[in-house]
Amino acid sequence: MDIMMPSVGLIFWMTLTFLIVFILLRKMAWKPILGALKDREQSIQTALDSAEKAKQEMAQLQASNEKILMEARAERDSLLKEARETKDAIINEAKGKAQKEGAKLIQDAREAIQNEKAAALSELKTQVANLSIEIAEKILKSELSSGDKQKALVNTMLKEVSLN
Amino acid sequence: MTTGIKGFRHIKSLIVAIGLMLAMPTFAFAADSTSVKEAPEAKEKFNAGDVILEHVSDSHSWHIAGDLSLPLPVILYSKDRGLMIFSSSKLWHGNVYKGLERDPNAPSISNYSFKESGIHIVVVNPDGTVNKAETDKIWDFSITKNVATIMLVAVLLLLTFSAVAKGYKQRAMAAPKGIQSFFEPIVMFIRDDIAIPSIGHKKYERFMPYLLTLFFFILFLNLLGLVPFAPGGANVTGNIAVTLTLACFTFVLMMINSTGTFWAHTLWMPGVPAPVKILILTPLEILGVVLKPFTLIIRMFANILAGHIIALSLVSLIFIFGAASAAVGYGVSLFSIPFGAGMLLLDVLVSLIQAYVFTLLSAIYFGMVTEEAAHH
Repeated sequence: MDIMMPSVGLIFWMTLTFLIVFILLRKMAWKPILGALKDREQSIQTALDSAEKAKQEMAQLQASNEKILMEARAERDSLLKEARETKDAIINEAKGKAQKEGAKLIQDAREAIQNEKAAALSELKTQVANLSIEIAEKILKSELSSGDKQKALVNTMLKEVSLN
Repeated sequence: MTTGIKGFRHIKSLIVAIGLMLAMPTFAFAADSTSVKEAPEAKEKFNAGDVILEHVSDSHSWHIAGDLSLPLPVILYSKDRGLMIFSSSKLWHGNVYKGLERDPNAPSISNYSFKESGIHIVVVNPDGTVNKAETDKIWDFSITKNVATIMLVAVLLLLTFSAVAKGYKQRAMAAPKGIQSFFEPIVMFIRDDIAIPSIGHKKYERFMPYLLTLFFFILFLNLLGLVPFAPGGANVTGNIAVTLTLACFTFVLMMINSTGTFWAHTLWMPGVPAPVKILILTPLEILGVVLKPFTLIIRMFANILAGHIIALSLVSLIFIFGAASAAVGYGVSLFSIPFGAGMLLLDVLVSLIQAYVFTLLSAIYFGMVTEEAAHH
């Protein structure tokens, strides 16, 4: 059958034409087309990747911002706390100092009072002694007419003084 | 009473007759537009088989419409006489063409007389009989209808894809536009759904130019073959010489790119007892390698040829019945033409499928012969 018999001429021309088309298209069309498709895909991929990266960086930045804020807040809190403590300490110290000072003042006052009292007492004693001597002089002047009387008076007088 | 019924019958048949008369011109036009080519043949003894075979076979001239045909160059070569080139119009209507006299001293050898016998050109003796011995010495490299169509498609391919490539050069990195956006999905389909899955990421790039050329060459030829008027209608991909050539390209590329692993698995499959290998497996595997391109030849040849034959058969039906009675012929055309149109649409689908299958199978064979030993 004719239809099942491949003709040599057609095979020859088909081979020649196909080869020429193949070589020309490979150079003129397929290389630029496939290259452009690949480049475009790569550029899209890079753009997507960099967008993803930017997104991640943003998230990271946000996280670090959050962290900085948290740290600042913590620092503020600690500063406040410290200040409060210092304040308390200062107050306490002042209080203690005041108390001590007060106590010392009281002590001093007490000591001074004691001293004054002692001085007053010694003065009183001297006064009393002087008075007593005056009285004794006077009594002696009046009483020391007799010896015995003088002696008895002196003794009683002395006893009274020491009782005081 | 009886006359009344008879009269009614007359009126009824009159209505039918008028209806037919009104309908007839429409039928006539419908049939005329499709029967331009076959009309003169139909007047003689109409032989559907001959007509169909003539249409699906290659031809030395290109029939355009009616009596208008385009003569194509006949190129013949023989060892004795070298190259002989003349127009195929010299052989029309059964004319005998006397070759140019090259050597006036030995006219009997230098003169060839040619005649067209079917689709072949034969050498005829001075008495008009076919000289078989001399005919066998001639190689026919004529630009036939199929060769002309192939060249036309080659030009179309070059124009189309240089335009597409220009788009990529002008708008690098931009979205495709115009013709570029029509072909880009097809190119990407061949790359992403044929080449990469069949051959693999590592080696597919080597085969892309061939697969793309193959696909578009076949697709353009298939679709152009479906166009029922010039420059279409040539049954190129339904010609065994064309499918044979394409399959040979695939086979040669398979052999060039085959790896040692592939041959080791084909000739000496590991893990199979030696006698089984020698007696059954290795011969079968070798047969398989040869059969692969052979199936490519037959598949597309048979599919495209069948498409053309069915479409032509449906048109021929009109003339087969028309030969019996013109009215029946018109009646058959009512069913034959929509059916033929449906077949043509189906053939568009077949054109796409055959181009896809040829490319896909070539890619699968390339993937098979380029396998590496990594998996074992």
